[in-house]
Amino acid sequence: MAEKTLPPVDVVVVGSGWAGSIMAKELCEAGLSVVMLERGARRSTARDGAYPASIDELEGAVRYKLFQNPAQTTVTVRNRTDQEAVPYRRLAAFLPGAGVGGAGLHWTGVHFRATPQDLRLRSHVVERYGSKFIPEGMALQDYGVTYEELEPFFDRAEKVFGTSGLAYTVNGEVTGKGNVFAPDRSDDFPLPPLRDVYTAHLFRHAATEAGYHPYAMPAANASQPYTNTYGAQMGPCNFCGYCSDYACYMSAKASPNVNIMPALRRHENFTLRSNAHVLKVLLDSTGKKATGVVYQDAEGNHITQPAGLVILAAFQFHNVHLMLLSGIGKAYDPASNTGTVGRNFTYQNITNSTVLMPPTRSTDQFIGSAGGVAIDDFNSDNFDHGPHGFIGGSPLWVNQAGVKPIAGAKGSFPGAPRWGSAWKKAAIDTYRHSFTINAQGSNMAYRDVYLDLDPTWRTSYGQPMLRMTFDWKDNDIRMNRFVVSQLEGVVKALGAQDAHYGMREPGKPFDVRDYQTTHLCGGAIMGEDPKTSALNRYLQSWDVPNVFVVGANAFPQGMGYNPTGLVAALAYWSAHHIRTQWLKGNGGPLVAQ
Amino acid sequence: MPDMPHRPHPAAPLAERPQHASAALPAIPAPTRRHVVQGLGTGTAALALGGLTAPPAAHAATEPGTPGASPSAHPAAHTHTARFFSPEDFAFLSAACERIFPADAQGPGAIALGVPHFIDGQMDTPWGRGELWYMQGPHRPEAPANLGYQLPYSPQQIYKTGLAGVVAWVQKTHQAAFETLPPETQDSILTALENNATQFDTLPAAAFFEQLRSDTIEGAFADPIHGGNKHLAGWTMMGFPGARADYMDWVDRYDTPYPYGPVSISGETA
Repeated sequence: MAEKTLPPVDVVVVGSGWAGSIMAKELCEAGLSVVMLERGARRSTARDGAYPASIDELEGAVRYKLFQNPAQTTVTVRNRTDQEAVPYRRLAAFLPGAGVGGAGLHWTGVHFRATPQDLRLRSHVVERYGSKFIPEGMALQDYGVTYEELEPFFDRAEKVFGTSGLAYTVNGEVTGKGNVFAPDRSDDFPLPPLRDVYTAHLFRHAATEAGYHPYAMPAANASQPYTNTYGAQMGPCNFCGYCSDYACYMSAKASPNVNIMPALRRHENFTLRSNAHVLKVLLDSTGKKATGVVYQDAEGNHITQPAGLVILAAFQFHNVHLMLLSGIGKAYDPASNTGTVGRNFTYQNITNSTVLMPPTRSTDQFIGSAGGVAIDDFNSDNFDHGPHGFIGGSPLWVNQAGVKPIAGAKGSFPGAPRWGSAWKKAAIDTYRHSFTINAQGSNMAYRDVYLDLDPTWRTSYGQPMLRMTFDWKDNDIRMNRFVVSQLEGVVKALGAQDAHYGMREPGKPFDVRDYQTTHLCGGAIMGEDPKTSALNRYLQSWDVPNVFVVGANAFPQGMGYNPTGLVAALAYWSAHHIRTQWLKGNGGPLVAQ
Repeated sequence: MPDMPHRPHPAAPLAERPQHASAALPAIPAPTRRHVVQGLGTGTAALALGGLTAPPAAHAATEPGTPGASPSAHPAAHTHTARFFSPEDFAFLSAACERIFPADAQGPGAIALGVPHFIDGQMDTPWGRGELWYMQGPHRPEAPANLGYQLPYSPQQIYKTGLAGVVAWVQKTHQAAFETLPPETQDSILTALENNATQFDTLPAAAFFEQLRSDTIEGAFADPIHGGNKHLAGWTMMGFPGARADYMDWVDRYDTPYPYGPVSISGETA
């Protein structure tokens, strides 16, 4: 193992997913020299998504070809502070990406904005329900940025992603039959919505009959051929059903690889290094200024890359991990409720309900895209929470991204036998005639749910693992149960033969064995107070002002919507302020403390 | 007469630069598109000849009504030598997979689908060797189950340990080899494993059973290039079209269930 120091550059970007790719593009446009370091391998849609080899459930969704390998780096998990956390040895509950494009290569493509209420949730709840409405121990906070401020950046991201959707209002005028709860937009979606698959069509009609307000889910799957604002081309989605876990062989699903990298590579001031695992951010003797990063290359050499500006965009928990390993900001201590790095760690509160239709009609679950039909009647603060006494909400939707047979057979109808002929029949009937309605809900932050360094286990790089302390709390369990119970009218209108309502069970702890979602949030959150947030409203570290930390780590709590749309908008927002303010100043804080 | 299936047509050439990376090459030999297009054509022809309601050939080849068929009814399971498993272990594995996924009125069972050979083949992969799991100690097998897998065994070691243990356990408790026992007895043994009635070294019987169940399902429904799902019969049973992966023309034909049978990555049709 050798040690080497490279010539300095203006910017080092850690991670090549959506956040890193957007930041790199913006900073290259500003004329800065940018080195992007990606922990995983080189990947491209042309190769990793090539038809037909990529249409392989075993390799893609069971062996996790495109995901982070826990043998290299993983986390430890526990539910409570009085437990010993143990390693997350096999991927299951959440599936972080590795390789060029990050999780942006193998995400589904559901592309939401945030609601105005979610971005200032503490203020909103206090205004509408009073401060006593907030349960003891809940760390409810505002983002420090409003929907109005972010709107141009949501719009910009949608035009890069080639997002298909249907607006409700544009500049205050009703323009379409979109989501009646959606906030106003400055422009329509760049592409019309994807067509409803059969099950989404059924849900749309049943939800209408039940008195709700169904809408076409916004999806970064191109409903038509599209050339984005960078000149990158997308093909039309053909509903192949290989969205989640796969690279899209049609190049119809937005990914950093398809939508940004081609333009980024044209910048002569851009360099991408793969198989470069960043070990820590280097600080000068004051601890207030980053001087670059040190990374391990594929041969095990430790390479120092000096840089004037460090962008952490390595995924939610890797960003927090790097901050803790590097001493950027003070580690959170739940006992004293001090420190900021690691606090407000949240997830997303998802349960799935299964609807079994009569055997006369196949539900064709293998057809799929990131589109679908949703209702927002119980999301965010779209309903009066007063009588319910909980905070948060959940959209309900049919988001059929293609169910393949291994997953279908492993998850056959709840309560059915688990093997043998009776199981086989149930698995086949369920696959052919059922579909899933997801409740994808918010997850609030709590004082004793957080991230820190594990005292026992180490990654393959010899560093302490990140430790997750996470469990479901009463507020979130009650929210989920209330929202899922609202499906009864929909199921009745569907004429279903049977239904299983998937609800969070009180007393049942967070279980890492069940796939839920990779929508991990928080841990290094943005905010207005350096005592309760690691980052200011521009995603700049309060403590080391030439470090910006971009990703869902910045969310003070988990929202009902998928995080990528907000991650992308926050990246453009942060980059805009680096370009227009930080680069013109003395490199100091953009918000005075 | 249904329309011709829509041929997959990758998007117009993109600006994305082909990458010649140092990463490992895909483990699977990629067939040319031509093969697949031929495969689709064959599928359409077979469809036109066979009609939509004819039972798939794979069903006819099995023996519905013999759910307890012993492995001797499936000589194929014994004529192919396993590469990883000993003959004794492979005999247990085959018989156990067949009870988890039996031949019945729904279609062929695990042995006819090649599931035991699929599992055998998976042992010699990065996954089988445990290279896709974090395997470093210390191990805390006593940790709460909801915190996930904490055993020190790779998939290879789960099978080696589990099969050695279960073969001896069945011999001791039943004075016979598992594969020679009646189906009802085999089922009661598997149920005991599922309910964690014993353990093999430090491997809980339930952990062994869950691995076996999970891998049996994977072998029945993974693409045939991995050695199972023979003649695409697993997909035919499920009603899954396999690698067709193009439903542009079928998304909103709400009155018409998708009519085409499966095609594999190699271009094989059912």
